[in-house]
Amino acid sequence: MARQGDRATKRARAAGRASTAEPNGAEEGRATPGRPAHDGTGAERVAAERRRWERATLEPTIAHSPERLARFVTTSGLPIERLYTPADLPDFDYLRDLGFPGEPPFTRGVHPTMHRGRLWTMRLFSGFGDAEDTNQRYKYLLAQGQTGLSVAFDFATLVGYDSDHPIGRPEFGKCGVAVSSLRDMELLFDGIPLDQVTTSMTINGPAAIIWAMYIVAAEKQGLPMHLLGGTIQNDVLKEYTAQNTYIIPPRPGLKLVVDTIEFGAQHLPRWNPVSISGYHIREAGSTAIQELAFTLADGFTYVEACIARGLDVDSFAPRLSYFFNAHSDFFEEIAKYRAARRIWAHELKHTYGAESERSLWLRFHTQTAGCALTAQQPEVNVVRVALQALAGVLGGTQSLHTNAMDEALALPTEKTARIALRTQQVIAHESGVVNTVDPLGGSYFVEALTNRMEDGARAYFARIRELGGVIRAIESGYIQREIADAAMRYQREIDDSERIIVGVNAYAIEEPPDVPLLRVSEESERRQIERLTQVRRERDNEALRRRLGDLRAAARRDLQDGPNLMPYIVEAVREYGTLGEIADVLREVYGEYREQIIV
Amino acid sequence: MTDERPLRILIAKPGLDGHDRGAKVVARALRDAGFEIIYTGLRQTPEMVVQAALQEDVDAIGLSILSGAHMVLFPDILRLLEDRGLSDVPVFAGGIIPDDDAHALREAGVREVFGPGTSTYDIVRWVREHVKPRG
Repeated sequence: MARQGDRATKRARAAGRASTAEPNGAEEGRATPGRPAHDGTGAERVAAERRRWERATLEPTIAHSPERLARFVTTSGLPIERLYTPADLPDFDYLRDLGFPGEPPFTRGVHPTMHRGRLWTMRLFSGFGDAEDTNQRYKYLLAQGQTGLSVAFDFATLVGYDSDHPIGRPEFGKCGVAVSSLRDMELLFDGIPLDQVTTSMTINGPAAIIWAMYIVAAEKQGLPMHLLGGTIQNDVLKEYTAQNTYIIPPRPGLKLVVDTIEFGAQHLPRWNPVSISGYHIREAGSTAIQELAFTLADGFTYVEACIARGLDVDSFAPRLSYFFNAHSDFFEEIAKYRAARRIWAHELKHTYGAESERSLWLRFHTQTAGCALTAQQPEVNVVRVALQALAGVLGGTQSLHTNAMDEALALPTEKTARIALRTQQVIAHESGVVNTVDPLGGSYFVEALTNRMEDGARAYFARIRELGGVIRAIESGYIQREIADAAMRYQREIDDSERIIVGVNAYAIEEPPDVPLLRVSEESERRQIERLTQVRRERDNEALRRRLGDLRAAARRDLQDGPNLMPYIVEAVREYGTLGEIADVLREVYGEYREQIIV
Repeated sequence: MTDERPLRILIAKPGLDGHDRGAKVVARALRDAGFEIIYTGLRQTPEMVVQAALQEDVDAIGLSILSGAHMVLFPDILRLLEDRGLSDVPVFAGGIIPDDDAHALREAGVREVFGPGTSTYDIVRWVREHVKPRG
């Protein structure tokens, strides 16, 4: 867990003056002789002029035409001032706080040319029905100009059950594609050369198993694993606080994540073995600051667990990636991404001793906020998504998913997915926002908000540290409660019409939504069950039994010093062990996690 | 008017769906409105939901699903309730439930289906109007 104090202290350290900075020594930091703290912007002069402006110009105006609201706040409830000036950035130091893109602290972006050099990867999260249905959708989206794949799995797959398990079957293909065995994975990417495209897979509890299936499916295409590029989400810590697709408890869960990071560092240099995700934390109802704080705290926990395993930080940190939400409050989101980059770079360098600059890069995927979509007047979601996506792009994202307009009703159809992709293409090719790096950098408002995000996140880091770290904060229910409280506040604001949601609590119409919805066919369910039966019949069951036995024996060893489980899982997958069978071994050895019930 | 006990409502998450924001928000809103709330937590089979309703002697059951499995799991729950002699316990539901499905579920015996964007005040009002203490 990051140990630096407040932002000013931290920036003093970032500027290489750690020895002179005291805890809470912000004032001292600012007073350091020889550093032009004020004269560059004339902050004091501006502050004085601002007071004059308030008296002479502002107050007479407000006297006869008051502002619309007593308080202006962000989506997350942060108060926003009327105007931002250099006086709001009293200790601003361009070189220390922003620097140049492609150099620490990376506030302005991880690459020197950002989207001038390369556009973000346009990657639509998709999956429904069986592997054959979804394979067709992938080919369609690639033909429409999508530049990466992103797999959505159904809930049975997400929590490690086969499609024919009684608890898994009702979920078949509904929330994503069902993948129960290597055979499904082969069909999912049939005709898609896996060395030509990168694939992101939203899978967590059973991430190691699904990754093993992908690796072996690629091997059957003739591609050795070192050529593969992509991402498994594999961020189990946020499962216990937000997305809820955990299988085993946090401690063995963390061990398995470290196994995959280590395996990736050794064998798949182009793979991101974890996508540390704020997206779901936000969807569960958190504020932007909570999303930033809890996500980075999870990230630090992975780093610490890998270091405890004996891995060199520079051997794995460059492959850690992030995934953030793009909610509706434009500037709040942009400030969040910028703060995330600055905090990560600083902590990796100063707390964890990274020497490679790539270890300091916070690379991230963005998804527009599903929870901001409305079922009412769904066409309006196209506009919401465009604004949210624009925030992701201006925040310097490396990869982007745009939601389809019908996703508060069902999974997207081919047409609505295409419109979502076109939205990204319009931003990329028509809006002009990609022509320069970090165009909002230097905005008094954006910089003040970026600082506010960082300060808020650091206050949470301190609180989590007091509680004994992320796992203890999960076990005590602290993080879950913080998120649930924020979700309730937000709902109350909407119910009380303090917050307007267009089409929901204002500008509503009687007319029901008129969009054709995607339905998963019964035919694909029949195909899936038949395929699974056939796989179990045709494989070498004796060989599989031995492989599962090997995995079980390896898993029973010590969590800290036991062997890496990835090779054992790959071998079980190769024998067509199903997702459910392999996950059952983990359930048997480690037990199943039961949530803290917090209402 | 002699019965002063608050209404007891079970809020349940059937199936493997992990989306619990809505269920928790509704549970809190109902609790804040003075009802007694029992929340099952995630990953409940229809059997577990009905068992909880029986054990807790609830006056109504609120079901939440956003994964799309509602057309399988809700009818299963209604059938089991009937088997256990609990068909008089009103069932209401919320989540990502398309209009056609909501219509079919109402026909099958779900008393009300609340879609995305529903105000919690509307849910509280509906419960006040439609749920009576079971004798």
